[in-house]
Amino acid sequence: MGLETVFGHSFLTTRLDEAVNWGRKYSFFQYPFVTACCGMEYMSVFASAYDIARFGAEYPRFSPRQADVLFVVGTVNEKLAPVLKRVYDQMCEPKWVVSFGVCATSGGFYDNYATVQGIDKIIPVDIYIPGCPPRPEAILDALIKLQEKVSRESVLDRKYK
Amino acid sequence: MTNYLLETFKAKFPDDVLDTHAFRGDETVILKKEALLKAAAFLKDELGFDFLMDLTAADYLPREPRFELVCHFYSSKNNYRLRLKCPVAGTDARVASLTSLWTGANWFEREAYDMYGIKFEGHPDLRRILMYDGFEGHPLRKDYPLKKRQPRIPHRE
Repeated sequence: MGLETVFGHSFLTTRLDEAVNWGRKYSFFQYPFVTACCGMEYMSVFASAYDIARFGAEYPRFSPRQADVLFVVGTVNEKLAPVLKRVYDQMCEPKWVVSFGVCATSGGFYDNYATVQGIDKIIPVDIYIPGCPPRPEAILDALIKLQEKVSRESVLDRKYK
Repeated sequence: MTNYLLETFKAKFPDDVLDTHAFRGDETVILKKEALLKAAAFLKDELGFDFLMDLTAADYLPREPRFELVCHFYSSKNNYRLRLKCPVAGTDARVASLTSLWTGANWFEREAYDMYGIKFEGHPDLRRILMYDGFEGHPLRKDYPLKKRQPRIPHRE
């Protein structure tokens, strides 16, 4: 709008979506719902070698009410399914879900009586990470994809009714 | 080669022992299920088998009797091991509980009940242990459908 030329460097103008999404996508608080061996890779992403903090998602919160992203890391069985649903329901909008590894994504090779065949049978999922377990690079890639997805959203949207 | 454990067992329960074998030292007695409790008491009290290492079951469908209860005993005093197997019929599968002799049998028997539907008479608290209330069927039975999906359960406090 050119208002900067009048007011100097005292403020910036931008679109609301851009400003809010910029804040959102570089400050994901995540809830790690870790049930299985994928958790090792998840921890590795947090440690200094891969350092997810470089992408602004350094802060795991162990309370769903303070989290933005739900990382479902590992196998979810039928006994656990209602707990996962409860955790998801407790998260405040806006919220996103990352399905970490093939077990969370599709049940993986646990095609049996006990395992949920993909967490998307219980809760909506934004990003799926393949791999058994995924490489840490794949998690960083998923995070970048999630950031791209968030930057396309509007603050007026409510994603899940 | 005569085997002390198996010979003692056969001499004590001549009518109840169906078969024995001892391939490379895995002494095994196949026993009528009606004799399980008294045989187990004999093992514990007379032969010094103080430890019930494992109790589980196997499904040999379509063989009849269909199930087999498998107990592994260990004597820490004598360093003996013995395996006891009892054929159990598929219809109304029941067998005596060993909880009165070894308290540790409790969870093993609950697991065998959960997975195979074998009922243990005299068990103090025979509930499912791995699967949840509301689970239909017994998943390790050979006739449990491979692709069967259970109805989703609600959250419980």
